[in-house]
Amino acid sequence: MYYVKDIHKTFDGNHVLKGVSLDIAEHKTTVLVGPSGSGKTTLLRCINLLEMPDSGTVHLNGAEMTFGDGAPPKYAGSAARALRKKTGMVFQNFQLFPHKTVLGNIIEGPIAVLGVEKTQAVAEAEALLKKVGLSDKRDAWPRDLSGGQQQRVAIARALAMKPELLLFDEPTSALDPELEYEVLSIIRQLCAEKQTIVIITHKLSFAQEVADKIVFFDAGQILREGTWDEMNDGSVPRIAQFLNMLR
Amino acid sequence: MAALLETREVRIVLNAFWPMLKQGLIYSIPLTLVSFTIGMVIAILSALLIINKVPLLSQLMRFYVWVFRGTPLLVQLFIVYWGICNPMKISNLVACVIALSLNVGAYASETIRAAILSIDRGQWEAGYSIGMTYQQAFWRIIVPQAAKVSVPPLFNTFISLVKDTSLASNIMIAEMFRKAQEFAASSLKYLLIYSEAALIYLIFCTLLNALQKACEKRLRVGK
Ligand SMILES: Nc1ncnc2c1ncn2[C@@H]1O[C@H](COP(=O)(O)OP(=O)(O)OP(=O)(O)O)[C@@H](O)[C@H]1O
Ligand SMILES: [Mg+2]
Repeated sequence: MYYVKDIHKTFDGNHVLKGVSLDIAEHKTTVLVGPSGSGKTTLLRCINLLEMPDSGTVHLNGAEMTFGDGAPPKYAGSAARALRKKTGMVFQNFQLFPHKTVLGNIIEGPIAVLGVEKTQAVAEAEALLKKVGLSDKRDAWPRDLSGGQQQRVAIARALAMKPELLLFDEPTSALDPELEYEVLSIIRQLCAEKQTIVIITHKLSFAQEVADKIVFFDAGQILREGTWDEMNDGSVPRIAQFLNMLR
Repeated sequence: MAALLETREVRIVLNAFWPMLKQGLIYSIPLTLVSFTIGMVIAILSALLIINKVPLLSQLMRFYVWVFRGTPLLVQLFIVYWGICNPMKISNLVACVIALSLNVGAYASETIRAAILSIDRGQWEAGYSIGMTYQQAFWRIIVPQAAKVSVPPLFNTFISLVKDTSLASNIMIAEMFRKAQEFAASSLKYLLIYSEAALIYLIFCTLLNALQKACEKRLRVGK
């Protein structure tokens, strides 16, 4: 079971999340959409605690943290790390480690965090590189890769930790349109493999294609959630207006 | 050629060269190396305390950096020597090492602090996102990148330090410049001897330049 409950988050008086509760269905793809500044990124970052909620609960398959009562938990304490280890995060701007090769980026987590033997970590990394179609870039440096290639390495790096839950924050928004395709097709494949995925995107066609559930975000709250068809029934003017604008 | 070698000036210069170089090798260089090493340890500790806002200690370090960057090294040297080492009968070499280390530490502390803070916050988050502890993210992700950024400014400090050891002549340490002063006084060839001393400093610093190039080349990998 994966859910967040009644999450509140305020940045210097700016109430960004106003009591957000969301169930994340296992083996399903949940897509977050909504206007800019509505708090989608903040929510995603609260799920793996890169942002600590002011109050509320984050529950990921047995690991749970509740915020708001008692002392604020440590940012990189064992409770937070236990939750983070269940998630894999793919950032908008890749955030590969520039001082490590492609292979080095992927084996870093398994070796340092999971304590996997180097030979095994390398073997698994090579399999992941094959999966994202970058076997020939094994020993390249991040700076020598295109944005699309960097993002594919970032996906491999996240997958190397064998996360239960994959989080994508606009994974193609920093890419040229012709490079989007290679990243989207990998995410498409992960969705087809029935990974548990939460993804933020402004690409409605992609959302329609992969989403088992669409969550519409507005002003720090979930306005509505449901299937693509339900969202498109025009019953909520705010949503209809937003969807029309992006089309 | 033979006639030229016989002139008095040439003889003075040649006679002074080895003794000066020797004082450089037994005083200036070791003073530099020891002070730089101790200074770096101070700098790393100080930068970490300041970045992590450790109560009291971070304020103390800020005060230390403020004082040592805001006062002349020669004055610091005199205060350490006349204020602490001379009354307590501690050798002038120790006084010199203390003053130089503290001075270098203050400058390098700022360099290291800035280098660590220059690394994108997203790099910490990338580390945390794969489950790293603070220590792991810091040492495995941030430090290697910060080290690269700080190499050029730290070499600046290092090279300055070589030259700053000449100030030790003021507290009766027989380093290279002190020797140059002696030769200059006895031969009265001030310009010649001081130019020669300058040349030797220049040689030392040129070697350091080469070392810097090698370091930068090695660290360029990955970015
Ligand atoms: N670290 C932060 N400090 C201060 N304010 C922040 C921080 N992170 C986000 N905010 C604010 O929170 C609000 C929501 O931001 P968020 O990034 O979650 O929106 P979003 O829905 O992801 O928008 P976009 O579609 O543009 O990515 C914005 O007003 C933003 O300025
Ligand atoms: Mg966002």
